[in-house]
Amino acid sequence: MAKLSKLPKIYLAVVFIILYAPIFYLIFYSFNSGGGMSNFESFTLEHYAAVFEDTRLLVILINTIVVALLSALISTAIGVLGAVAILFMRNKAMRNAVLSLNNILIVSPDVIIGASFLILFTLIGVKLGFASVLISHIAFSIPIVVIMVLPKLQEMSPSLIDAALDLGATKRDVLTRVIIPFIKPGILAGFFLALTYSLDDFAVTFFVTGNGFSTLSVEIYSMARAGITLTINALSGLIFLVTVVLVIGYYMISRKTKSPLAGVRK
Amino acid sequence: MNNKPLRPLYSVPYAAWIILFVIAPIALIVYYSFFDLAGNFTIDNYKNFFTSVYLKLTISSFWYAFLITLFSLLFAYPTAYFLTKTKHKQLWLLLIIIPSWINLLLKTYAFIGLFGLYGPINALLEVMGIGEQQILFTDFSFVFVSVYIFIPFMILPIFNALDKLNPALIDASRDLGANAWTTFRRVIWPLTINGVKSGIQVVFIPALSLFMITRLIAGNKVITLGTAIEQQFLVTQNWGMGSTIAVFLILFMFIIMLITNGKEKGASNNGKTK
Repeated sequence: MAKLSKLPKIYLAVVFIILYAPIFYLIFYSFNSGGGMSNFESFTLEHYAAVFEDTRLLVILINTIVVALLSALISTAIGVLGAVAILFMRNKAMRNAVLSLNNILIVSPDVIIGASFLILFTLIGVKLGFASVLISHIAFSIPIVVIMVLPKLQEMSPSLIDAALDLGATKRDVLTRVIIPFIKPGILAGFFLALTYSLDDFAVTFFVTGNGFSTLSVEIYSMARAGITLTINALSGLIFLVTVVLVIGYYMISRKTKSPLAGVRK
Repeated sequence: MNNKPLRPLYSVPYAAWIILFVIAPIALIVYYSFFDLAGNFTIDNYKNFFTSVYLKLTISSFWYAFLITLFSLLFAYPTAYFLTKTKHKQLWLLLIIIPSWINLLLKTYAFIGLFGLYGPINALLEVMGIGEQQILFTDFSFVFVSVYIFIPFMILPIFNALDKLNPALIDASRDLGANAWTTFRRVIWPLTINGVKSGIQVVFIPALSLFMITRLIAGNKVITLGTAIEQQFLVTQNWGMGSTIAVFLILFMFIIMLITNGKEKGASNNGKTK
């Protein structure tokens, strides 16, 4: 293919600058000893110290991580079982129907997921708070796990299972010793995406969180509505660091397994 | 595969999930849309939806979503195209994607500072002699921030489509005397239209339902369907009306998906070796 001439290079450079400018802008001012995001007075780490001294914020941070890890684990388990169930469905119409249902939550606007889950939880009497947030995150992560795992399952040759069965493996062995190792890359990718889905979610959590429970996104929202505090900037610096580490981790996994780079996120 | 006895067991959690968290929520939304604030069965919510207030809201929501999608596409297509021409294109693509992994709220929050009266954009305008402008809480800031948020999701599918494009087709077109524009219009665009369609799908639907950006950046001036739903559910506690708007949003979602998925089969045959 033709090499890039100057103009396209400039265009790409501008796109990159615009994409990263807000993030670096936030991080830059996180070191500002002044109060706002306009005048840089002098370098300070006080806002980072403030993040670690703010126990309320730390509790929210821990909440966010706990919800993300738990929901990713549980949704991965259910999603893998679901993908296996879809694989073994012999009725094609039925399989397509299930796949369509699976994808509804992926394309649904967050607001609708949040509102409908709020109705559901209120109706069946789940108290709004940790439980409702966790269940919601599990619920909206399951379809993405299925999407990541199913292609791996379909890649798997059925003769592999037949061979295992012929060699005397029980059905349980087939699942744990043949199927799961083969689809491990898909499972990891699914787990990882579920994790980031959960960490990033705002809208759904906003609907189903009660008064006493909050995650980082919801907290940032209410802080941002109140105005600029450089604690958020410091927090964003930390989050950026963690995100880059996670992305590199995911990149390694997906390179090893050649699975396409992350799907669509809302 | 004769694993029938096992099947019901492992299918249970997933089936339960589908029933509880896919079918039931939609059914509940539809059900609640028929109740008013006092809990009486009514179709007033639907009547209300067709009053000027909600129709205006729907139209403006579509207009903003259209603008956001259009600008995303306008900026994303060249970006994706140039990206496929770079060395190490996967790495560059990853760099485009990284900002989309940063928490949405933080990026939106950054624009409060960037666009603020004393922010760098205004400082720049001042230097250029244009003078301070109120950027925050305008339509412009809303559309800009939304495009910023959504553009990676537009780039990704277009990049994938362009990446799959056989370069021989472009060479052939050029050899046959087509100029760059004709080649783009008659060869590249039709062959990547599916990427564009999925890009439109993943931008337009969320753009219809934004509510956080409207609140933080548009300062309640812009009201989208998403904002309206949030308002009805969490502020006025009118779940019936909120559900009715949600029902329409779901309908719009299906229509958009039908349009953007519709011709996929026919289009994908175009020019591809079969």
